[in-house]
Amino acid sequence: MLRHRLAVTISAASILTLAVAGCGGTTKKNSTDTGGGAQTAASANPNAQLKTGLKIAYLPKQLNNPYSDVETSGGEAAVKELQGEYKKVGPNDASASSQVSYINTLIQQQQNVIVIAANDPNAVCPSLNQARAAKIKVVTFDSDASKDCRDIFINQATTEGIGESLAKMALEQAGASGGEIAVLSATPNATNQNSWIAVMKTELAKPEYSKLKLVKVAYGNDDDQKSFQEAQGLMQSYPNLKVIVAPTTVGIAAAARYIGSSSYKGKVAVTGLGLPNQMRQYVKDSTVKKFALWNPADIGYLAAYAGAALSSGQITGAEGDKFSAGKLGSYTVGKDGEIVLGPPTEFTADNIDKFNF
Amino acid sequence: MYKKLASWDSIIILLTVLVLIVASLVVDNFGTSRNFTFMVLDLMPIILVALPMTFIIITGEIDLSVASILGLTSSLMGWFWNHDMSIQTIIPLCVLIGAVAGVLNGFLITGLGLPSLAVTIGTLALYRGLALVVLGDSAVADFPFNFTGWVTGTLGGGSIPNVLIPIIALAVVFGVVLHATPVGRSLYAIGANDQAAHFSGIRVARTKFWLYVVSGAVSGLVGVLWTLRYSSARADNGAGLELAVVAAVLLGGVSIFGGKGSLPGVLAGVVLLTALQNALRLEDVSGQALNIVTGALLVLSVLLPNIVTTVRGNWQRRRLRQSAAQ
Repeated sequence: MLRHRLAVTISAASILTLAVAGCGGTTKKNSTDTGGGAQTAASANPNAQLKTGLKIAYLPKQLNNPYSDVETSGGEAAVKELQGEYKKVGPNDASASSQVSYINTLIQQQQNVIVIAANDPNAVCPSLNQARAAKIKVVTFDSDASKDCRDIFINQATTEGIGESLAKMALEQAGASGGEIAVLSATPNATNQNSWIAVMKTELAKPEYSKLKLVKVAYGNDDDQKSFQEAQGLMQSYPNLKVIVAPTTVGIAAAARYIGSSSYKGKVAVTGLGLPNQMRQYVKDSTVKKFALWNPADIGYLAAYAGAALSSGQITGAEGDKFSAGKLGSYTVGKDGEIVLGPPTEFTADNIDKFNF
Repeated sequence: MYKKLASWDSIIILLTVLVLIVASLVVDNFGTSRNFTFMVLDLMPIILVALPMTFIIITGEIDLSVASILGLTSSLMGWFWNHDMSIQTIIPLCVLIGAVAGVLNGFLITGLGLPSLAVTIGTLALYRGLALVVLGDSAVADFPFNFTGWVTGTLGGGSIPNVLIPIIALAVVFGVVLHATPVGRSLYAIGANDQAAHFSGIRVARTKFWLYVVSGAVSGLVGVLWTLRYSSARADNGAGLELAVVAAVLLGGVSIFGGKGSLPGVLAGVVLLTALQNALRLEDVSGQALNIVTGALLVLSVLLPNIVTTVRGNWQRRRLRQSAAQ
């Protein structure tokens, strides 16, 4: 009985506390976030020499991911050119918080540059800002961290760049007389694909594309079998189709498989965005003449040069800062500290064997 | 009996001190105050959840739903914050919700008499699922800086991390309860033989029930601290933490069969695991190798006391036989 009374008293007390605490206090509306970056407004010296011996550490989303391995391999090559010390560390799982311990370790090791693909744009923020307070430059690639806790973001491609490239490849492959083209996309509400297709449509409206006629946008839902059936359906509905443009790696592979095994082989071109390893056989048997994707190795490569330029004081990450990135040429920092890698890399029978991802 | 287990605790404590000393001498940048802060932040969730877990395992039960309760309270914290509740309300509310999650565990285990392993594997999935329902794939990140900054900060900007205060406070409370009160002693009795404990007047079911409630509440609190530390409320926060906690508790010398163990041993177990991982990472040991080292350590920690017991048993039996022969 006594215990019961005690339990009731405790519950009542805690509810009361809650009610009291409910009045006033910090809410989303009235909180002012002062947790911004620890950035100092240094000025850039474009003529500064690139330092050698810089310790540049890569922290991908997780280790043993083939795609990010290619990205960091580009970084390793660049760090070698820069005569720096390359290092790659990372968690075994791509969870939001597992990268933080690694950032802390890199701070302790006094690295000069941390190149990170953030698993969570915010969870890594406090640690990255601690790194920056310790004079470590932070470059993000692949997926950005919140922009007030990094110096530079390497953006693999802009929406415009990809949309334009898709239209250009369609025109090249439709031939001189042009003709009907169709798009085989992912899902009807896939954000990336839809914005690329929108840019592509704007391009197609231009006079130089007047010979091309976009007859249909089909959706394979990024499912191999569904994409295969959609490609089949396109050919049945539009027998005169010249080009299928698939801005998704699943779609392009399925379309190439269908066309390559049908009587349309050689008559209908397949192009779009694809992975060299998936597309190699279709390029070799000439079902696919050309497709595109950003080159992941170049992302890692550019990140190393950006980090070195930051660490040497050539740039501060402000809009308009210019620096040179080895074999990739010169780059200018854009709005919000973003650097765009450039137009996607095009893969053909001539160069596809140089890529393994 | 008690002597043997005291010796395992002291081995772990000694080993921990040894690792700390060697690492400070050998590993660059290990023995700095900043690294100390990083280590305390890394071990905070494990050590806090390990406190009630020690109690539960001593009674011969287990609670595998702790990390999912953490994820659920983290999600709810984000949801409440998005719905414009004040952070001063959200924090106690999240602790309360954690306790309620523990009530369900406790009811299923003690009220319906279901095995705790099965129940908490079930609620592990259930609470994580609810967390995903609340927040989905999204994350809430705009918590006020004076709260997130406190969790990652140090006392007066010095070298003592703020979160060490709740850690020490709770560790002292749990330590006193376990080792200096009748309640603590009853836990050992329950773990050794709950039938006998029941007949000697200990309210076994009620005690276990409250342990799950406390475990839930602490997990809720850790959900709050975790969210503030990473400034990120997500449904997948803390996934897999339950294994790290159970590992540390067992390494600290608590018997998985119940009835044995001490809190200082568990605290040392947590520190040992964290310090070892921290030092190895500073030496650029890869993540896979890190897992292998901690895994091996764990197997050894279960294996060694057993071997010692067997060897000692054999030896005693032989002596008995010898004296009988004489």
